[in-house]
Amino acid sequence: MQTETRPWHAIVLEVFKANGIRLIPYVPDNVLKPLIAACHADPFFTAFPTAREEEAVGIVCGAWMAGMRGLCLMQTSGFATLPNALASLPCAFQIPALVMVSERGTLGEFNMGQAMVCRTMRPILDSLGMEHHTVSRLDECEFIVDRTIRQAFMTQSPAALILSPLLTGGKAVARA
Amino acid sequence: MSAATVAHNAKRLPRAGVAKRLVARIGDGPAVIGGIGNANFDLWAAGHRARNFYMLGSMGLAIPIGLGVALAQPDRRVFVLEGDGSLLMQMGCLATVAARAPRNLAILILDNGTFQITGGQPTPAEQSGTDLVAVARACGLHRATWAADEAELDRLIDLCLIEDGPHAIGLKLDDSPPERQTERDPPQLRDRFMRGMGAKRDRTLG
Ligand SMILES: Cc1ncc(C[n+]2csc(CCOP(=O)(O)OP(=O)(O)O)c2C)c(N)n1
Repeated sequence: MQTETRPWHAIVLEVFKANGIRLIPYVPDNVLKPLIAACHADPFFTAFPTAREEEAVGIVCGAWMAGMRGLCLMQTSGFATLPNALASLPCAFQIPALVMVSERGTLGEFNMGQAMVCRTMRPILDSLGMEHHTVSRLDECEFIVDRTIRQAFMTQSPAALILSPLLTGGKAVARA
Repeated sequence: MSAATVAHNAKRLPRAGVAKRLVARIGDGPAVIGGIGNANFDLWAAGHRARNFYMLGSMGLAIPIGLGVALAQPDRRVFVLEGDGSLLMQMGCLATVAARAPRNLAILILDNGTFQITGGQPTPAEQSGTDLVAVARACGLHRATWAADEAELDRLIDLCLIEDGPHAIGLKLDDSPPERQTERDPPQLRDRFMRGMGAKRDRTLG
């Protein structure tokens, strides 16, 4: 395999494009900053902030039903606000709503609130029966993101992509 | 700011009539999203249309869903029927809509002052006298207005069809029950809507 030289956000951006994902509603996260900025800078995308992550899920579901593909960007805390919206909209209606979550609250974070919330994410995804994959290595990034997105659309199922600090570097914090 | 005070004069319309008037005036082209609560029941009772989407859950997401539809098909008018209780739960979406300013989106706020479907308990907005149309305007939906009666509702719906939005129309509703209940088959509702919207090509199954 060729050594991957692009940063994770450049890989993700190209995979979005290759899969025709144009609509990117988000609630921001520090780690997602370069990806959000790149989406705004590229006229291929319609990227914009929402007040809540639930809204972003509703927007992406509505857009897909009308023929436009989208994906929601958020951090772990934002994901934790979503079980009801995911269960009763994309899961119940079989809509391939995609969420990409920057994993916060693990591997060296200072915020106890985020650390607690982080533990709820995978159990929620498992109990919803939602496909989810964690991207932790640069050389696997394109494959995991691309295949997860493709399968979501082909099976009309929602899915989550979790971006580990191992991939993104997370948020650098000083030792206590 | 005269329109903001119209709230107090707005007649309480019989709820079933609103969706019927809407559907009768807009023709086949526009998409209509019916929110959780009695909004989607009213839409269903007004007669199924190929471009109707009925929510069964995800309280508060009718407007975001409508925004997604409006962004995906900017040349098609999109109407959203959303209850006051539901809007209250997701009020931030009004700012999101105003920020995107989709010209083809119209929001009908069905304000009966209660969570009717769960037993008619008054909403905190009703208890506090919150004016939801004023809220919409403060969020940047400058065209938001109350419809004082049926004739004004008709006129405002016609405006939504010809003038650029985003539009928001507040309606005070009575406490009459919905006439029918939506068939609860989410994948089928979604599939029909997608075919109606041309997002699935083969229409023979629709
Ligand atoms: C998040 C969430 N909380 C509570 C409910 C239960 N619930 C369903 S409909 C509803 C009331 C809806 O009120 P409104 O939008 O004003 O519509 P109405 O019933 O008056 O037609 C409630 C509380 C729910 N479905 N989801």
